[in-house]
Amino acid sequence: MNEQQQTLWQFMSGQSDKLLGQTLQHVGLTFISLILAIAIGLPLGILIARKRKLSGTVLGIAGVLQTVPSIALLGFMIPVLGIGAKPAIVALLIYALLPIIRNTYTGIIGIDQHVKEAARAMGMSKGQILLKVELPLAMPVILAGIRTATVINVGVATLASFIAAGGLGEFIFGGISLNNTNMILAGAIPAALLAIILDALLSLIQKMDFKKLRKALYIFPIVILVLGGFYALPTAYGSTLTAGFTPEFMGRQDGDLGLKSTYGLKIHTIVISDAVMYKAAFAKELDVISGYSTDGRLKAFDLKILKDDKNIFPPYYAAPIVRDKALKQFPELEKSLNLLSGKITDSIMTDLNYRTDYLHQQPERVAKDFLISNGLYKAPKNGHNGTVRIGSKIFGEQYILAEMYSMLIKGNTDYDVATKTGLGGTKICFDALMNDQIDFYPEYTGTGLLVLLQPDPKIAKEMAHDKEKTYDYVSAEFEKKFKIKWLKPIGFNNSYALMMRQKQSKELDVNSITDLKNYLDKN
Amino acid sequence: MIELKGISKKFGDTQAVNHVSFKVAEKETLVLLGTSGCGKTTTLKMINRLIEPDEGQIFINGENITDQDPDVLRKGIGYVMQNIGLFPHYTIAENIALVPKLLKWDKEKINSRTQELIQKLHLPENTLAMYPHELSGGQQQRVGLARALVTDPSVLLMDEPFGALDNVTRTSIQKEFKALEELKRKTIVMVTHDVQEAFELADRICLMDRGEVVQIGTPKELLYQPVNDFAKKFLAGQRLALEFKVVNIQDIWTYLPKEIIQASESESADLSVWDAMELLRNNNQSELFVSGADQAIKSINFEQLTKGFNQYQNAQLHE
Ligand SMILES: Nc1ncnc2c1ncn2[C@@H]1O[C@H](COP(=O)(O)OP(=O)(O)OP(=O)(O)O)[C@@H](O)[C@H]1O
Ligand SMILES: [Mg+2]
Repeated sequence: MNEQQQTLWQFMSGQSDKLLGQTLQHVGLTFISLILAIAIGLPLGILIARKRKLSGTVLGIAGVLQTVPSIALLGFMIPVLGIGAKPAIVALLIYALLPIIRNTYTGIIGIDQHVKEAARAMGMSKGQILLKVELPLAMPVILAGIRTATVINVGVATLASFIAAGGLGEFIFGGISLNNTNMILAGAIPAALLAIILDALLSLIQKMDFKKLRKALYIFPIVILVLGGFYALPTAYGSTLTAGFTPEFMGRQDGDLGLKSTYGLKIHTIVISDAVMYKAAFAKELDVISGYSTDGRLKAFDLKILKDDKNIFPPYYAAPIVRDKALKQFPELEKSLNLLSGKITDSIMTDLNYRTDYLHQQPERVAKDFLISNGLYKAPKNGHNGTVRIGSKIFGEQYILAEMYSMLIKGNTDYDVATKTGLGGTKICFDALMNDQIDFYPEYTGTGLLVLLQPDPKIAKEMAHDKEKTYDYVSAEFEKKFKIKWLKPIGFNNSYALMMRQKQSKELDVNSITDLKNYLDKN
Repeated sequence: MIELKGISKKFGDTQAVNHVSFKVAEKETLVLLGTSGCGKTTTLKMINRLIEPDEGQIFINGENITDQDPDVLRKGIGYVMQNIGLFPHYTIAENIALVPKLLKWDKEKINSRTQELIQKLHLPENTLAMYPHELSGGQQQRVGLARALVTDPSVLLMDEPFGALDNVTRTSIQKEFKALEELKRKTIVMVTHDVQEAFELADRICLMDRGEVVQIGTPKELLYQPVNDFAKKFLAGQRLALEFKVVNIQDIWTYLPKEIIQASESESADLSVWDAMELLRNNNQSELFVSGADQAIKSINFEQLTKGFNQYQNAQLHE
């Protein structure tokens, strides 16, 4: 425990630059969107307090917008606003809108009628009544709305890292993909603290009496503006090409770190989620991305893999990993899973992925078609001799594999099958396996080595480029450490790869990572 | 001078005010009197355009108020609300300074005027920095009054200004109020449903019922020449006390005993019978000296006072 705490502290102090940067970005994102939400929400709230007939419609729309899931909202923004700060700010703004409009409205209509009448009777104009009577009296309620919006925004801003807008989400989601608890905590703890501190500060302002509140209200906009200003866009980098790497790739020795140390690659990099990365490359928002070599979108978006001429990306051969206990419980399981071994090559996998990711065919159908054409498909026996639980990570290839295994088990054994697909990243999937939530899932040798085992960097380096050595090492270590067995590899190698648009690669004559480095150095 | 000509106002199906007309002369105090819901507040609010009438016209100093910008009009009219309506987020000083600030008075002038008012209205100095909720109901009403008076408007509208007070406090505030020199220069329309208060403060009373004017006249006229049963019944319960109040020593002068010639101090004959009785009681005197319009001085005791009053009453009834 003590060791764990210390390493978290070490991690945070080692990454203090990044941490500070992300925290400032996070605060900046939260407050820029807050300023905009106030600039839009406050007048709207005032408007519907004046014209109450409109209130139902306006509050209804703001309410509906708020129920759109945040990831979906970010996704909708990309075609319109691209990636980066703009869509993130707009999405955050939309979430912050409802509490601000609603509280402005209820704050104003809740003011004692007699006080409003007194203001009119004294000869105050409509504007004076608004500024000197209505807004000050509604302020505690409006501040409560701003407080709610701030806390929501601190939370949602963690998702901004999905679309390359930075913030503490980079650590959180990077940590989840990298199975790095310290990294997750380094992002999650500051985010939680930020929410708690801002909440406490705003509740203090909210509870002030009128005299202090008036002073605070002069300071408040200035503070918000300054905090919003923290979000300086990370554009001052100077390279002509822009790279978009996933949080996972950013933190890996066989990722961005290796690109820097082995190739000396210097490129303006933004962090972005896998889900939108390919689209962003296609839309020319990004020039170089970190993809997977069997990804169907490679074909769909006409991207080209740059040759890894210095071999920094280790092999990622896929194979099912099964708990020993499950193998004992289901004696026929191993045999049926191994039916797939050696059957799927890189190009076949890319094609299968293309069919799901781009042609939007159901993974089930793609799996069935493949099994039939390879003579592996058998009608389900509908057996009830226990249930095998299959897990999969949250991307297309894993869904397809899970479907194939499900059909193979149903067709060749008397077991029933339960699939638990879409288990986030490697860490979530592996934890599910360790905790007996699933019986097996398809894993990759490289991930097993570098993410799950995390051996001495020297051992890792020695082994990482040899397909056989890696497989043997992870097999032995998993058995020893986790009581988990690696079955035979399926055949394809889904390794990391840098990719560019075909057209741009041709124009710039960049075919390998070394070409890319040379091009960047020259331009 | 204020003049209402055929003013009517309907709220939905309720005829709140129905063809009301009256004139209030310069420096006169007109009291709108009537039961709850008879349209007093509505009538008053139409004078500063807080409510616009459906029908009729209102003139202030000869000018139709609909021709004026409502905000400008209201800044020129003092208004004391039925519910006080102080700004809870302003200190007492800021509440009082509200209209002067709108009129861009300088600080000095606002300060000295505020000081003057809180002295006249007997508000403790330290209340200036307080917020309305820290004051008693009576103090709040005084602040409401100060706010209406601060710019010394020539027209003052007051809606039950002493409504929220207990009887004892109300009587003392009414007295202070009546004694305020600056109110004597103003044209005042005041609303009340309290007959005693109306008689205490009014030059003339406008008795209303169900949105209509029943009778307009001096307190004495209402007492002795009621136009109908409603007017008679409205005053019936407190008749005697009211009569003591409206009748003064001068009225009953001829029914008092013969005059004496020498006295060092004497009360004016404007003194109401009620007040004279109170003086006799409170000061534990058996005799009171009053000087009539002709400078003659009479000495009266309680018995002579009631006797004179009764004779006067009889004379009125047989008129
Ligand atoms: N804004 C309004 N909407 C609807 N009806 C109203 C409104 N204001 C007043 N009324 C109605 O008009 C009538 C007269 O009301 P008003 O307030 O003038 O009475 P009031 O004589 O001042 O009574 P009180 O002594 O209780 O203050 C009442 O029946 C009241 O219900
Ligand atoms: Mg009223």
